[in-house]
Amino acid sequence: MEILVCVKRVPDTETRIRIGDGGRSIDPSGVKYVLSPYDEFAVEAALRTKEGLGEGEVTVTTFGDDASQETLRSALAMGANRAVLLEGAATMDGLTTAKVLATEIEEMDPPLVLLGMKAADADQQQVGPMLATLLGRPCATAVAEFEVADGKVVCRREVEGGTEVLELDLPAVITVTKGAYEPRYASLKGIMAAKRKPLEKKPVDVPESALVVEALEPPPEKAAGRIVGEGPDAVAELVRLLREEARVL
Amino acid sequence: MEAQLRDAVRELCSRYPNDYWQRVDRTRSYPDAFVAELTEAGYLACLIPEEYGGSGLGIREACIILEEINRSGGNAAACHAQMYTMGTLLRYGSDDQKARYLPGIADGTLRLQAFAVTEPDAGSDTTAISTFAHRQGDKYVVSGKKIFISRVQHSDLMILLARTTPLEEVEKKTKGMSVFVVDLRDVPENRMEVRPIEAMINHETNELFLDELEIPVENRIGEEGEGFRYILGGMNAERILLASESVGDGLYFTDRAKQYAGERVVFGRPIGANQGVQFPIAKAYVGIRGAAAMRDEAVRRYDRGEACGAEANMAKLLAAEAAWDAANVAMDAFGGYGFAEEYGIERKFREARLYMVAPISNNMVLSYIGQHVLGMPRSF
Ligand SMILES: Cc1cc2nc3c(=O)[nH]c(=O)nc-3n(C[C@H](O)[C@H](O)[C@H](O)COP(=O)(O)OP(=O)(O)OC[C@H]3O[C@@H](n4cnc5c(N)ncnc54)[C@H](O)[C@@H]3O)c2cc1C
Repeated sequence: MEILVCVKRVPDTETRIRIGDGGRSIDPSGVKYVLSPYDEFAVEAALRTKEGLGEGEVTVTTFGDDASQETLRSALAMGANRAVLLEGAATMDGLTTAKVLATEIEEMDPPLVLLGMKAADADQQQVGPMLATLLGRPCATAVAEFEVADGKVVCRREVEGGTEVLELDLPAVITVTKGAYEPRYASLKGIMAAKRKPLEKKPVDVPESALVVEALEPPPEKAAGRIVGEGPDAVAELVRLLREEARVL
Repeated sequence: MEAQLRDAVRELCSRYPNDYWQRVDRTRSYPDAFVAELTEAGYLACLIPEEYGGSGLGIREACIILEEINRSGGNAAACHAQMYTMGTLLRYGSDDQKARYLPGIADGTLRLQAFAVTEPDAGSDTTAISTFAHRQGDKYVVSGKKIFISRVQHSDLMILLARTTPLEEVEKKTKGMSVFVVDLRDVPENRMEVRPIEAMINHETNELFLDELEIPVENRIGEEGEGFRYILGGMNAERILLASESVGDGLYFTDRAKQYAGERVVFGRPIGANQGVQFPIAKAYVGIRGAAAMRDEAVRRYDRGEACGAEANMAKLLAAEAAWDAANVAMDAFGGYGFAEEYGIERKFREARLYMVAPISNNMVLSYIGQHVLGMPRSF
């Protein structure tokens, strides 16, 4: 079975983010970029599905600039078979991204499309469901584990206080969260093999967006903490401060 | 590629945190799980050409791997030799020898990480070794003593340097030595005694007593009598790689010291705010970066096939000293906690010290620079 995984290049979660460009985007200088951690779960899920079925191919794709090749190579190093770079200027508008992906996916027509539940940078959780809508395919979001059999995919989702099991007909779109998919790390063999795997670059037309980012603001500076005492003796003082100073009790 | 490689090694190492290395150290055991994973992922075969099953990468990538292992708090010395000992075979071995051994070394089924040069009665004066290999028909019969020979118990093959012409009979003392591949799996028990040396660090190192050990002629690498040249041929790579381990050690110490000094509050402020604590850490860092720059220069020359003996040796000396400075700085910054095993500093402190002495002591580096680079009078 053909599995397509849509991935995104995002700043490493450990990178210190600075706001640039008049407060509307992050300053990319000195930022280390990585394959979005949720997308790693999706790549892992795709690889395990392929391994479980004993056949098929995993293709990874991303909509972004030339530098996103590096992100695709990371996924290839994990074990994906081929990559397609949809070359164009990505924006913060999830709908634009979904439209670009949908155009490509209609052409490739893979039965299973996976995405991370969200991109670790913008946290919008939009692209998966929007893509499914544009394609007219069923969608399960934040899936912890799934299994493909007989033209269907059975998905397990963790919901408040329990588990939900969904069955979707293929073709389908699934967004993946960590769940069962602790990602494998790339080995040197994987990195070397990735160099030889096909990476196709396709310039794309980027549709007009009806969304602009007005402002990005960093979180307020944290005030310095204070140690109010140690061990059980500190409890009374802590309760007093929470009640009288912070007024949260 | 380089950033990706660095990340991948970091990720692997992050699964072997301090308590793993501490346990291995305390029980003086071999880091089997770590080495198995490193092997499986292909890192130890990075320098082996692709035709023999390795990755065919250059010394630059090998440096990244070893540096990151040591920077993570691990100890690459447990397995670094599997990466480069095969260099002697690769450079000077016959096609038949390469085909026989390299694929197994690449996939890790053959461990070639023992290298027997040092002798108790010769020490740094390698040409004075007395282990002797007598040619008898289609075999050599070898007797002698070796000391500080590491990882023998975790190797299938060992490279051995022995005299094949007595020192008195050669025109130059660097002649008349030969290099052999010893298949340790075939050695009868009474022909080679392996006596482990208890040491300050967890480093499986041994005394070897060879008593009429038979080695088939086909296991000699290259020509008879040229062994010393072959050993020297691998020295620059070894210097550069071990300099990288020292750079990794140094960065481990400054990473840890910086973090600790920022968190530890005494007299109402982080100790790192005191210049008496901060400046030594900054100075140690400057030293490490300087050593790394020399290492990088050596790498560039090595990769271009240019002479790099001076740079490789200087990098080894600078990096070993910088790591040792950083080790002491970290011990100071950690105060009493530096002595507590669970902090890892005392273990790395012991491990980092090795590179001042081995594989060659820094005095020998200085004599090389003095005599061969500066052209000063010879002392020996
Ligand atoms: C943990 C460990 C692992 C090792 N692993 C291996 C291994 O796998 N294989 C192997 O072959 N060897 C190995 N060695 C040996 C190592 O290479 C030697 O210890 C090193 O080369 C120094 O030799 P030596 O100990 O005989 O010191 P010596 O030669 O006795 O020197 C002692 C001191 O005197 C100084 N010195 C000697 N002569 C001079 C001079 N002319 N001018 C100025 N200073 C001088 C030296 O620099 C040194 O400081 C290992 C050593 C250790 C500690």
